[in-house]
Amino acid sequence: MAQDTADMSGKSAKNMILAEGVTKTFGEGDSKVHALDDVSISIRENEFFTLLGPSGCGKTTLLRLIAGFELPTKGNILLDGQEIGHLPPYKRPVNTVFQNYALFPHMTVARNIGFGLEMQGRSKSEIKQAIEKMLALVQMEHLANRQTDQLSGGQQQRVALARALAPHPKVLLLDEPLSALDLKLRKEMQIELKRLQSETGITFVFVTHDQEEALTMSDRIAVMKAGHILQVGRPKQIYNQPARRFVADFIGDINIFEVDLDEVSGTTGRVTLPGGATLPADLPEADVPAGAVSVAIRPENMRLADARDSAAKLKGTVTNVVYFGAGSNVHVALKGGSEVIVRTTGEVLDDGHEVGLILPDRVQVLVD
Amino acid sequence: MAEPRRKMKDLRKQPGFDFMAWFCIVFLYAPIVVLIIFSFNDNRSVVRWTEFSLRWYYAAFDNEGIRNATIVSLKVAAVSTLFATTFATMAALATTRTPPFRGQMLSYAIINQPLMIPEIVTAVATLSFFSIIKQLTGVTGIGYLMLAHTVFCIPFAYMPIRARLEDMNLTLEQAAADLYATPIQVFRKVTMPLLAPGIVAGGMLAFVVSLDDVIITLMVAGPGETTLPVYILGQIRRGITPEINAVSTLLLLLSIVLVSAFFTLGNKKK
Ligand SMILES: Nc1ncnc2c1ncn2[C@@H]1O[C@H](COP(=O)(O)OP(=O)(O)O)[C@@H](O)[C@H]1O
Ligand SMILES: [Mg+2]
Repeated sequence: MAQDTADMSGKSAKNMILAEGVTKTFGEGDSKVHALDDVSISIRENEFFTLLGPSGCGKTTLLRLIAGFELPTKGNILLDGQEIGHLPPYKRPVNTVFQNYALFPHMTVARNIGFGLEMQGRSKSEIKQAIEKMLALVQMEHLANRQTDQLSGGQQQRVALARALAPHPKVLLLDEPLSALDLKLRKEMQIELKRLQSETGITFVFVTHDQEEALTMSDRIAVMKAGHILQVGRPKQIYNQPARRFVADFIGDINIFEVDLDEVSGTTGRVTLPGGATLPADLPEADVPAGAVSVAIRPENMRLADARDSAAKLKGTVTNVVYFGAGSNVHVALKGGSEVIVRTTGEVLDDGHEVGLILPDRVQVLVD
Repeated sequence: MAEPRRKMKDLRKQPGFDFMAWFCIVFLYAPIVVLIIFSFNDNRSVVRWTEFSLRWYYAAFDNEGIRNATIVSLKVAAVSTLFATTFATMAALATTRTPPFRGQMLSYAIINQPLMIPEIVTAVATLSFFSIIKQLTGVTGIGYLMLAHTVFCIPFAYMPIRARLEDMNLTLEQAAADLYATPIQVFRKVTMPLLAPGIVAGGMLAFVVSLDDVIITLMVAGPGETTLPVYILGQIRRGITPEINAVSTLLLLLSIVLVSAFFTLGNKKK
């Protein structure tokens, strides 16, 4: 069901992580929780892959399964072609950046960064070199001998990153690493993380509940809900062709119309809008049964037009205009009673203005 | 943006509070202050002050009974602290670093038992239990006293160690495992160093508790195993002498040093 078209970023298509039918339950009997329910996913080598979903949907659980802190109730996890589901954390070439950083308070910055290599039994000179390289990579050279409790949140974040990257793992897991930072620092760290990923070539699996963060940073995104993966795709795909109603709703502003679907053939069809106008439609999966469905249109994919414009397939009245700097969101009450949002960078309209709406050439059908 | 802080009721402004506080402080510490003062009195009386002198301290050091009792006390305290702290550390690890198990609350209760059962009951029970063992095996010696002390010291050592473990972020140990540390390395490189202040604090508390014990020691100690508090008790039956004041002052000093060190360690940033 997850739409997964060929990767166009030019990155390798080799699978780094392959999860097959992974289920994880906690507790027994009445209190049993399905944190993950039959999840299958493939994450490619050298990819910035994001798990996106609301709190409690199972993102952390999936990371912990990959790291080895939990064992799957059912299913397999393969890392670089090898089954790792049964290995303890210290035998997996995977490192984690924890949400609260989890820096060792009794060690200096440098010793924190060198810890993984030390445990791997590398030589002193090799460790020293790696520490220097990592300190430079995260621009923390001047703080090598600080205790970690004398660092700011952003600095601790960098140390945590350097520590996890130092042993050069095959996969770096990041569990909402930016959520504790303020907005400005968060934006900086987003860019920083992208840079680190492309400089090191390590596969990043990044967890967030922030859709904007996911869209700006990821090569691909998996949208999760209640222990399931609903859709996997590149940010553009997830944004413009959401397959599920939940995905459409979760990411950005969107208008959802209840329409009639017919002329279904493969993954295309034709929908009839409430006013009688028809539009070609893309289906998220083959052979969706004809009948009542929902379609989603982004506010920026509609245009305002004169009420008498023949190209305007829907008509309505402006009820509210929300100005936000780069443009305005115009709220329009349609003849049928529902309200839609149209993004415009042009003229500012008064409330009560009669307008027509020009729809995109194709629309995306959602399944629940 | 600063909101006016919600006014907290200042307890110190309540009527009678000052009086109660001073009342408690005076009655708690006045006797101790008097004891200390008269330990420096150059006179056999413990009620009439004449002149400052250290003669009772010299006398105490010269007194063989006091010297022997001190050695016994330190020996028993050291050995029982060592064992109690070791057991307490293991118990604390078992009760905080394992998945919740059935009977966990019961295990806390069992570990803390010596705190809850009246000491005289434990003392009598230990006495008769040890008599049975002595009769059966014929083995005697100071080991029994050390064993008894170890048992009642365990909960005192356990509490600060467990508190430290519970405060310790579990993800630190996971982070170490994530960075290729085997379980033994995790314990040596992360758990132990972070736990050390708790263990030292627990050990000091155990030491003080062992040093101060009277009731159980009174029952269990055999001939030649008189500890300092028991010796003092015996001497007092014949009247208080400034010599006893001097010894008590020294004992107090040791307790204060250990307990302050305990609180300093406990408050050290985790
Ligand atoms: N150790 C656990 N014991 C019981 N339930 C858990 C445990 N870990 C996670 N869960 C449950 O599994 C679900 C998914 O949790 P999690 O993976 O932490 O979600 P997310 O990271 O997406 O917020 C939640 O309902 C959570 O309560
Ligand atoms: Mg989480």
